[in-house]
Amino acid sequence: MRYLTARKRAEGKGASHTGTEHHWYMTVSSVALAFLVPTFLYIFGRTLGQPLEEVIATFSRPFPAILTALVVVIGMRHFAKGAQMMLEDYTQGSLRKGLVILTYSISYAVTAVALYALVKLALIGFLFANMAH
Amino acid sequence: MVQFSLPKNSKIRVGKTWPKPDGKNIRKFQIYRWDPDTGENPRVDTYFLDMDKCGPMVLDALIKIKNEIDPTLTFRRSCREGICGSCAMNIDGINTLACIYGLDEIKGDVKINPLPHMPVVKDLIPDLTHFYAQHASIMPWLETKTNRPAKEWRQSIEDRKKLDGLYECVMCASCSTSCPSYWWNSDRYLGPAALLHAYRWIIDSRDEATGERLDALEDPFKLYRCHTIMNCAKTCPKGLNPAKAIAEIKKMQLNRHV
Repeated sequence: MRYLTARKRAEGKGASHTGTEHHWYMTVSSVALAFLVPTFLYIFGRTLGQPLEEVIATFSRPFPAILTALVVVIGMRHFAKGAQMMLEDYTQGSLRKGLVILTYSISYAVTAVALYALVKLALIGFLFANMAH
Repeated sequence: MVQFSLPKNSKIRVGKTWPKPDGKNIRKFQIYRWDPDTGENPRVDTYFLDMDKCGPMVLDALIKIKNEIDPTLTFRRSCREGICGSCAMNIDGINTLACIYGLDEIKGDVKINPLPHMPVVKDLIPDLTHFYAQHASIMPWLETKTNRPAKEWRQSIEDRKKLDGLYECVMCASCSTSCPSYWWNSDRYLGPAALLHAYRWIIDSRDEATGERLDALEDPFKLYRCHTIMNCAKTCPKGLNPAKAIAEIKKMQLNRHV
């Protein structure tokens, strides 16, 4: 039992003077993803069912490769920050902090793996193109 | 933190069914009851009223039940015309004021509960101590630094109009208690009512503490727990839009950064 006044409870530790950057990032990344994701899906959809050489050739071209990288990086950052907001809503204390760390780790890991795969595809495509010459 | 089930001692049980009166126009009322002195679980009591002998509003029915059937039924009420905000409760699933909510707006049985996710003092009375303290924390008064003018702080008609849709709030807590973010994080999130009042003072042209007010709100929990769910605007018995006020505060915070 703590003898705290209602006002003391309401004030808590005061304002952290953060949150606006998070809000702005989510707004900007939402707008960016609204354009990036449909374009990515169009390009990705066109490669479905194609032979491996065609897929490699597509993702070794600058526009699809850069677009895919942007979707992965911005999308994963957007996911991590959005999931952080959700976790803050529904959990508290050490569990909250642990889950936020886990979410951020997953997003970084997915980003790293996706970029590695993309670079590999692009390099293979580059080598194929040079060998053909 | 979010809880998906009620604690054992909060599970609501079936309560007493009071006798039916004679008459053709009988209506059933199911009302939440809880008395901390008995140590029993909350229950839902059933009452019947002859609507030909009852006023048109939900509060009329509650007063009739208290006066004529069960004097132990406990609820707050005062002005009876939607100005004091005392009789806010959950009626037919909607947080509203019993005094201005018509019985004809409800189909079927009338189900009345206290405002959700608040500690209950007794029956339909929620404990609003924390809610009022949060309101006090946003400094709901005019803050000035300039010497007091000889006559009055002047305000243009246009600036005064900006307060419309804000000053009418009667602090009934219907909006805050309808907000899921407030349910889960009311210890830190100020909620729609307090934020609407905060905005009312931020945009008051006479107030000189705009920066301090925005500073005090810039926090992932105090302000940014609002996810634009819009329950607040939907339920407000005065037809106000706290979600819009919160969005305006976010825009002002953003304008300080970008």
